[in-house]
Amino acid sequence: MESLLWLIPALPLAGFAINGLFGRKLGDRVVSVIGPGVVGAGFVLAAASFVSLRSMPSAERLLQQTLYNWLPAGEFSASIGFQLDPLSMTMVLVVTGVGFLIHLYSVGYMHGDGGYARYFAFLNLFTFAMLLLVMADNFLLLFVGWEGVGLCSYLLIGFWFEDQAKAEAGKKAFIVNRIGDFGFLLGIFLIFWTFGSVAFADVLPEAATRLTLGGDLAFWICLFLFVGAVGKSAQIPLFVWLPDAMAGPTPVSALIHAATMVTAGVYMVARAHALYEMAPQVLAVVAGIGAATALFAATIGIVQNDIKKVLAYSTISQLGYMFLGVGVAAFSAGIFHLVTHAFFKAVLFLGAGSVIHALHGEQDMRAMGGLKSKLPITYWTMLAATLAIAGVPPLAGFVSKDEILWRTWDGGHSVLWVIGFITAGLTAAYMFRLFFLTFHGSFRGTKDQWAHAHESPWSMTLPLVILGGLSVIGGWIGLPMALGQPLGGIANRFEGWLAPVFEAGEHAAHEPHAIPPIEYGLMTASVAIATLGILVAYWAYLRSPDLPGRVATRSRGVYTLLNGKYFVDELYDFLIVRPFYALSRFAWRVIDDGLIDGLGVGGTGALVKRGSRIVSRWETGYVQGYAVAFFGGVFAILAYYYLFR
Amino acid sequence: MSIPYLTLIVFLPVLGMALLAAIPGTSHDAIRKTTLAVTIAHFALSVPLWWLYETSGAPYQLIERRPWVTAFGIDYHLGVDGVTVLLVLLTTFLMPLAVLASWRYIDRHVKEYHMLMLLLTTGMLGVFVALDLFVFYVFWELMLVPMYFIIGIWGGEQRIYASVKFFLYTFVGGLLMLVGILVLYFYHHNLTGTYSYALADLLAIDVPLTIQLGLFLAFGLAFAIKVPMFPFHTWLPDAHVQAPTAGSVILAAVMLKMGTYGFYRFAIPLFPDAARVLLPWVATLAVIGILYGAMVALVQPNIKKLVAYSSVSHLGFVMLGLFAFNTVGVQGSVIQMINHGLSTGALFFICGMLYERRHTYEIESFGGLSGVMPVFATIFMIVTLSSIGLPGLNGFVGEFLILVGMFQTHPYMAGLSTVGVILAAYRRLDPDRNRHRVDRGLPQTVPRSDRSVGRAVRRARRGHRLTGG
Repeated sequence: MESLLWLIPALPLAGFAINGLFGRKLGDRVVSVIGPGVVGAGFVLAAASFVSLRSMPSAERLLQQTLYNWLPAGEFSASIGFQLDPLSMTMVLVVTGVGFLIHLYSVGYMHGDGGYARYFAFLNLFTFAMLLLVMADNFLLLFVGWEGVGLCSYLLIGFWFEDQAKAEAGKKAFIVNRIGDFGFLLGIFLIFWTFGSVAFADVLPEAATRLTLGGDLAFWICLFLFVGAVGKSAQIPLFVWLPDAMAGPTPVSALIHAATMVTAGVYMVARAHALYEMAPQVLAVVAGIGAATALFAATIGIVQNDIKKVLAYSTISQLGYMFLGVGVAAFSAGIFHLVTHAFFKAVLFLGAGSVIHALHGEQDMRAMGGLKSKLPITYWTMLAATLAIAGVPPLAGFVSKDEILWRTWDGGHSVLWVIGFITAGLTAAYMFRLFFLTFHGSFRGTKDQWAHAHESPWSMTLPLVILGGLSVIGGWIGLPMALGQPLGGIANRFEGWLAPVFEAGEHAAHEPHAIPPIEYGLMTASVAIATLGILVAYWAYLRSPDLPGRVATRSRGVYTLLNGKYFVDELYDFLIVRPFYALSRFAWRVIDDGLIDGLGVGGTGALVKRGSRIVSRWETGYVQGYAVAFFGGVFAILAYYYLFR
Repeated sequence: MSIPYLTLIVFLPVLGMALLAAIPGTSHDAIRKTTLAVTIAHFALSVPLWWLYETSGAPYQLIERRPWVTAFGIDYHLGVDGVTVLLVLLTTFLMPLAVLASWRYIDRHVKEYHMLMLLLTTGMLGVFVALDLFVFYVFWELMLVPMYFIIGIWGGEQRIYASVKFFLYTFVGGLLMLVGILVLYFYHHNLTGTYSYALADLLAIDVPLTIQLGLFLAFGLAFAIKVPMFPFHTWLPDAHVQAPTAGSVILAAVMLKMGTYGFYRFAIPLFPDAARVLLPWVATLAVIGILYGAMVALVQPNIKKLVAYSSVSHLGFVMLGLFAFNTVGVQGSVIQMINHGLSTGALFFICGMLYERRHTYEIESFGGLSGVMPVFATIFMIVTLSSIGLPGLNGFVGEFLILVGMFQTHPYMAGLSTVGVILAAYRRLDPDRNRHRVDRGLPQTVPRSDRSVGRAVRRARRGHRLTGG
């Protein structure tokens, strides 16, 4: 298995090359086989690797392959090398598994689009880059994948580039991500500076010896890496690109902007956990930013009317939970939520795509309603996913989110717990608002739309059903001990699986231990607040639909603030973008054109001209004048020699 | 002494000029084809350098040394090291492409143009392989003249202003360097009693710091102008905008490297103590160049100016790497020099192709290209992504190594320069907005083939001239 590792990323790369170069000639049918096919084959390989990893003793679970030494320069070197440990394996399974289903879904969704082959080429390229990111055995190769997914995200957001706004959204995503990359690069420089290497195998085991706990170096390395994570995973203050990224085709939103790419930041922090454990201050920052983002995005999500925008803010909010998890050093809980979120958020996006597809591009929930009868499969799978994200037991979202909340409380971060707890209620409310507005009540669009609305083809509904099923049962692979123990001693298998990676940080919570009663208390509380959220949504959007409007008018200020997304975009524009452009223009017009060219170059020129004008006045053309000057000169020289020598 | 291989490489273009001289000036196509053949043969001739140079051998190889003016200790002295091999190959590789890019664009004084291009090649290659400071200086000034004429005769509307500015800037620097060379030469004579311009001899003597400082400034100014480093860069945007496509390509891809190469080969090794003392100043200017170039590039409405200012930024990285004074940084600089040559050369080719179709360099007037010219648009995209240093493409490697190297010695400078990474993204994407805009100028049925568009454009141009428009 080990010698075939390279095939996992190479397959989608080959798909990209074939679809990109020959896609137009091959025709849509062949493209639809190659595009999803290479990712599916990757999943099969990944599953085989998983089996062979499982057969090893748990402490030795690691597959490695180094292809070649990429950058040997002086004392620096970085290789193209892959590794699969339980953490990478988990990510690879998600990327290829969920990725395959979304590729399959795209066959139906993108059917008939002019850029069909280009779409699959980019999607395959994305899968390649994402696999590079999670399989890399060093920070630099991880960074290559990191930038690669950013590029694909940019290309796919702006996929319909004829639309100016969509092209702008792609650009914004790329630029904001670059700000994060700046931090990531500095982190890599500092890592090399400290460890003399960028390979995980050299850096991570050495962290405890080379870094001092809570020292400056650990602080800066982790903070810079986290800046990168904040950009990629759309956390405060760099979240602004993700809502705009919804301009891309909906399957892209599902794959890149929900299930995989945006979670890369969480993966990276988890991967570098050995470094973060040496920097508790940064872990506190990670947890704080995560919790704040979770709440902040949830409040915006509650007033959005575009179905995809609601899901975008929901994704930002859920990513906040994941960072809260890794921030309180519950790394496997954070990764667990990443996995379950990939399931249910993919369903939500794909379901939304199915709705949009049925309504021929309508995204405004105010023009939806009552679609339950028209789209039964979409309805039921969406219901499962909405219950999951709302945190209703025993669905996937409940299990993983509650694990994070419990570990937050258990770690003594009660304020963060309260934030996470409130967010859980808000999540249930805004998700069921979306659900009710879309599927229940009466249809608010045009008659024509209603007549043409139809359930999607099997290539779209099959992924929905599979992922919907996973949203229900996917959480059971990581049942917390609090639930597993009473059910006959089921261990937390997910945490056990990741334990070899995180063992240093985890206090073996997957082993049987006494369950404090408060854990059950908190669990009940979060189920209660989720129920409350659902009831509020039910009341406000089905029972008395005029209520939200009245609330909005009564608290106009708050509503404007939320609806305007706290005006963060406008603030950045005013504080950063405009001054920066003004400064650039100043540099060009005043410094370059004015000072250097005008005063410097032009000034020198003018000086020479004026000087020569003065000198040329002496050149009168009268020979007598020249003779006088000549003799005067000779006289002066002679006088100098005779008098002073 | 076997075949004088380097001499052949340097002077083959001059042989080509003799060939061109024999062709009547009116048969344009024959001139173009001959030049193309010469440049391709030239490239083929230089390719074996790659294998002839033994990486584990002596630092300088393929050395040719003949006494030239014995009374003054001037030797005709050539040789290559690993860096020179790359730069020579870059030059000979680009020349056939430059000839192709001029195929339709140059329609006046065709013969003179191609002869000057060949002379320029000889000048540039001479600069790279000279190991005698006098020979170096001769080639240095030699390459200046053809470029002056190429901009001044075949350039755009303000070609005279641009070419004079280019000439004066470079010439002033060159003169200072000449003074520097002479001072060093006489100092060497005072110390050893022999006259010599050989780099190896001059490297062997110890020069006190005060003299080193003066000499470093004299050499350094000449090179800094050529790089160009802030604040000596303002000739570059004008020269680039006015120069014909091939001129811009060569200017950016090869001639800018003369400056950084000069630091690498002469200024730093000859005056190491001065370089160390002045490092903070040079590095600061490099960092300013990186950020300033990127910022000013951002607000340029003219695509050629945009690329020119981004060159200021890229070359700032090269300078930074050279002054990291460690292997990683210097290797990064060398890689960045080559990669900048390739990607920026390609960008100027692209600018030229756009100009031939739209008759303007104003970014605002481009758009919708990916609809009519999908292959062109894809290549445009790949080249720009490489130019902004996207990992996986070659622009990244140099920048990354430079920053890693600089970080070892001056973390704050490296950190500040990393901001350039963000700015590069803006630079990349601003013209892109217009690339995506639906084009109003070109009818959607414009034929895709390069040739027919060019022909249509030329017909239109001729029509204008006939009607006095």
